[in-house]
Amino acid sequence: MKETIAELEEKARELRVSVIKTLHRSQSGHTGGSLSSIDMITALYFHKMRHDPRNPLWEERDRFILCKGHAAPAQYVALAAAGYFPKEDLMMLRRLGSHLQGHPDSKSTPGVEVCTGSLGQGLSMANGMALGLKLDGKGCRVYALLGDGELQEGQVWEAAMAAAHYRLDNLCALIDANSLQIDGEVAKVMNVAPIADKFRAFGWRTLEIDGHDMGEIVAALDNAETIKGAPTVIVARTVKGKGVSFFENKAAYHGVTPSDEELPRALECLGEQCNL
Amino acid sequence: MSNMIATRDAYGETLAELGGENKDIVVLDADLSGSTKTGVFAKKFPERFFNMGIAEANMVGTAAGLAAAGKIPFVSTFAIFAAGRAWEQIRQSVAYPKANVKIVPTHGGITVGEDGGSHQSVEDIAIMRAIPNMTVIVPADGPETKLAIRAAAAHKGPVYIRLGRNKVPTVFDDGYRFEIGKGVEVAAGTDLTFVTTGLMTAQAVTAAGLLKKEGVSARVVHIATIKPLDQEIILKAARETGAIVTAEEHSVIGGLGGAVAELLSEKHPVTVKRVGINDRFGTSGKAEELLKYFGLTPQDLVEAARETLAGKR
Ligand SMILES: Cc1ncc(C[n+]2csc(CCOP(=O)(O)OP(=O)(O)O)c2C)c(N)n1
Ligand SMILES: [Mg+2]
Repeated sequence: MKETIAELEEKARELRVSVIKTLHRSQSGHTGGSLSSIDMITALYFHKMRHDPRNPLWEERDRFILCKGHAAPAQYVALAAAGYFPKEDLMMLRRLGSHLQGHPDSKSTPGVEVCTGSLGQGLSMANGMALGLKLDGKGCRVYALLGDGELQEGQVWEAAMAAAHYRLDNLCALIDANSLQIDGEVAKVMNVAPIADKFRAFGWRTLEIDGHDMGEIVAALDNAETIKGAPTVIVARTVKGKGVSFFENKAAYHGVTPSDEELPRALECLGEQCNL
Repeated sequence: MSNMIATRDAYGETLAELGGENKDIVVLDADLSGSTKTGVFAKKFPERFFNMGIAEANMVGTAAGLAAAGKIPFVSTFAIFAAGRAWEQIRQSVAYPKANVKIVPTHGGITVGEDGGSHQSVEDIAIMRAIPNMTVIVPADGPETKLAIRAAAAHKGPVYIRLGRNKVPTVFDDGYRFEIGKGVEVAAGTDLTFVTTGLMTAQAVTAAGLLKKEGVSARVVHIATIKPLDQEIILKAARETGAIVTAEEHSVIGGLGGAVAELLSEKHPVTVKRVGINDRFGTSGKAEELLKYFGLTPQDLVEAARETLAGKR
């Protein structure tokens, strides 16, 4: 079932609302980086990936790895909306005993493939999955979503080298290039630019898009699937906190959740009435 | 035990003071300077602060180079990303050459809270303690942290100081003298001894108070320096009280409990019970809830004491 761009945009809006409500309830977690990733995550779960929420371990599924594990709320709301678990579970985010851990945990949450949260390790695991799927002759694809700050980890570049070396054309990395990390602007903390040039030099095919333009995201994901002989990276320019004007482009909202006072204003930005 | 201070806050403050006193002090962080409080130093001495980005291994290696150039680098991030991610850099580039690097992570243990198991280091004391040349310190409170940071700056060689995220009760007053490698008796007692580190020392003091009401006299020995271990104070406690309960916000494997058990089994075997995290990963939850969940409350220590007394040789 393929959704139209307008339907995907509406889905992404609903997921943003869900992220805000979830993080308001938990009062702990990462708002900015969840909102910057949500359009890509929406396109993956509701357009691109072959997966079955009733059978999370279906062997023929495409795999998604949230390398920037702190954006777990963005993945959790997508998994809930897709039907992996009841939406009410979201209200238990980060609580003792909840299957929704602070960072993605494959042993507790259906639909989560590996454990992430320690930045820089996800792409290596994605490589391993892509290699394993190839060994089994499976056509499944592996998607890995990384932060731009995360690119500072040396392991990312070890993985980048290996993915190209092994011609992992069943692997597609997406970079959430929101230009911010915790201590401020990526360019000022530790510059990673030019991102696409670096990946090209490592042997990757690169696509550069607006990470909030659903049409561009879908086109890039479709395009990546046709590229053979090399892994593809989609470098997506994004806005941290996207969708909630007073969170946008502010490093301070990296790990800050919406307060009681901010909740109605945030929902209003997303075209949602607050009836809590 | 009155006011509450987070050890990381005491660290930031002390680091900024030290920066004014010694031009050789340099500080490195990996995109967590707000959380680790090295940002306080960065504000005062921006030219001697290096944000290395999210690249802990490179940060530790760079610190080793700065030490070789005569500087005194303080390196901070969360405990799991320092001890864990950069373990071999710490071993090869810092400890092996005895480089004068101070690794001072914050967010040690399970009281990191909601971030969950990926961010809760329950094994850092063990893996740091296993490295030759390494000094390992876990302060109990804010005042002791200040003294430990100053002692580390004055000490020549690698030091690992594990700090916490949350405010903890103050155990030590102004008269307290800290010395690397020296334990301290914080409560007198004759029936058994709690040997504790970090925030568990305050818990043990509370537990000792509860036990007193049951007619049990519990000594509390705080061990800030887990390596080199103050053998004398622990052997004395074993001889005089005949039973030991260790407690730490860390795995029961390889940390303070491990160190004490190693010492006593060779030199003066007595009944030892290790209170800590029982070979499990952490999990999401509020810090207070997690202390309960993992059995690290004063009540848990009281129960451990009763059990130990029952089995006392
Ligand atoms: C190895 C490691 N070091 C440090 C952290 C702490 N941390 C969590 S998020 C973050 C910043 C991430 O920035 P970026 O990758 O740009 O993510 P985004 O802006 O999309 O939130 C840091 C330093 C971590 N999770 N893992
Ligand atoms: Mg970023």
